[in-house]
Amino acid sequence: MTIQTAPHASGANLRFKKRAVTFGIDVVLMIFGLLMVLPLILLVANAFKTPQEMLAWPPTIIPSDPTLVNFKAVLEDTPLLRWVFNSFAFALLSAIAISITSAVAGYILAKFPSRTMNFLFAVILATAIVPFEVYMIPLYFQAQGLGLLNTIWGLLLGYLVMSFGIFLIRQNVLHAIPDELLEAARIDGAGEIWIFVRIVIPLLRGALGALFVLAFFQAWTAFAWPLIVATTASSYTIEVGLALFQTGFTVDLGRLSAASAVVLVPSVALFVVLRRNFVEGVASTGLKE
Amino acid sequence: MLKRRRWFFALFAILPVMAIFAYVRIFPIGEILRLSLHKWDILSKKKPFIGLANFEELMGDRLFHEALFNTTIIAFGVLLLTVPLAIVLAALIFHRTRSRFAWFYETTVFIPHVVSLVPAAMAWKWIFDARLGPLNALLSAFGIDPKAWLFDPVLSVICVIVLCSWQALGFAVLIYLVGFKSLPKSLYEAAELDGASGAQSFWYLSIPMLKPITLYVSVVTLVSAFNVYAQVYVLASDAQGAPGRQVRVLVLDMLENSFRNYRVGYAASEAVVLLVIVLVLTFIQFRVLRDRKAET
Repeated sequence: MTIQTAPHASGANLRFKKRAVTFGIDVVLMIFGLLMVLPLILLVANAFKTPQEMLAWPPTIIPSDPTLVNFKAVLEDTPLLRWVFNSFAFALLSAIAISITSAVAGYILAKFPSRTMNFLFAVILATAIVPFEVYMIPLYFQAQGLGLLNTIWGLLLGYLVMSFGIFLIRQNVLHAIPDELLEAARIDGAGEIWIFVRIVIPLLRGALGALFVLAFFQAWTAFAWPLIVATTASSYTIEVGLALFQTGFTVDLGRLSAASAVVLVPSVALFVVLRRNFVEGVASTGLKE
Repeated sequence: MLKRRRWFFALFAILPVMAIFAYVRIFPIGEILRLSLHKWDILSKKKPFIGLANFEELMGDRLFHEALFNTTIIAFGVLLLTVPLAIVLAALIFHRTRSRFAWFYETTVFIPHVVSLVPAAMAWKWIFDARLGPLNALLSAFGIDPKAWLFDPVLSVICVIVLCSWQALGFAVLIYLVGFKSLPKSLYEAAELDGASGAQSFWYLSIPMLKPITLYVSVVTLVSAFNVYAQVYVLASDAQGAPGRQVRVLVLDMLENSFRNYRVGYAASEAVVLLVIVLVLTFIQFRVLRDRKAET
């Protein structure tokens, strides 16, 4: 599908046809893109609507009579801000932990080749295939044994390492950091820790940034693990809090939408800002093969 | 050969990471395999070894069958909806890479993949809502009778498929975009000189050349759909707040057995079934890729 404007496109007719096709593609993509985000836009719009307006057909995008009643009600009903804080702290700590463990393991596995390291790398790759859902029940009992249930540390236990992160950093070290560079530093008398902190880490900035963002969103959107580990209202993450809140009897659509909007708007904004990092991170998962 | 000091550094640096890794990954994976062969109801201290009895019981467990069936339908439904749509969308977006709106196309398709699951699922729950939802309102505008989307056993599975596909699509498109960028330009220029239309080069060049990507995207989509849980939890919970009465899936059945029925060993055997499914899918992917490499 790479039809750039062909150099020998003869005749205005052909050129016109091409432009029409391009225009058509733009229209299709534009409409499709809007449809993709429409459910989220409507949800945020609903948060500002009165009960009457919410039933209106067709649904309005910009509320005619915007109100903050829903937000006030949901903040009174639930410790929503607490949940947001829990999620944020959990996601941030997890992203930091994963960045550090991946950077250290990825670097060592790439630059200190030996039979031991190859074996460790093979083990990491093999466990990467196993989905989290498969082993979360034993992990739950480990968290229980450590007395970490209903704490952010308990949540963190499941998200300290990421096999793919170690793999990603290892690939990046292999491609971006030549052995000669490290040797030169050693000849100059640099210690191993100094080399890692002052030479390796700065060279991995791009990859670590992508991994950090990926890890942050992974924890931010985690569901099954927080659902079993956090069982008291004050320890819920926002995902768990909302999921349990919405099953309640008395909850109306306006309040649900308001609570959702509080979560959605910042995370979409964050994503748009960090889009480049994120896309890089996900795109590099294609390297997995 | 490594100098001794460097070797010590490497060992001491990787040791804590591997210790954590062993504790939070390798150990629980071993535990799930071990527990699946034992009978353990949280409360009792005894965990008698019962061999494959858990798996034998699974074979006759109606709820488990239902969960396995639903999960499989959902996984393949998501696959069939997502992959063809993703390759076409990626082709169109790639074709318009240099357009002013390229960032808009990429971002809008990708946003559903990154937003929190629960709020996103709530948006769809409202859309599908029988009384208040815009979907029924839209249908009735075309003279179609309203349907109880989330309460009908068949329709609610379709709703879950739609929600999961909506979320999976962005990832698939992104991976395909990486694939398109790696394809050799010269081939397309040659095809165009020979008079091939855009659709023809898409069908006869892009699709065959992107086969490894298609395989990869398919396996990742299937594996993640086999682990579906949050979407079902939100979408198909009934009015009493008991989730998953409508659409039972594997992870839900597993957690229910473990934490509601206190049958951890039994739940572990379900987890092992899930693991086997994932391993088989991954194995197929490697196998097909290797055969392709052997061919060329």
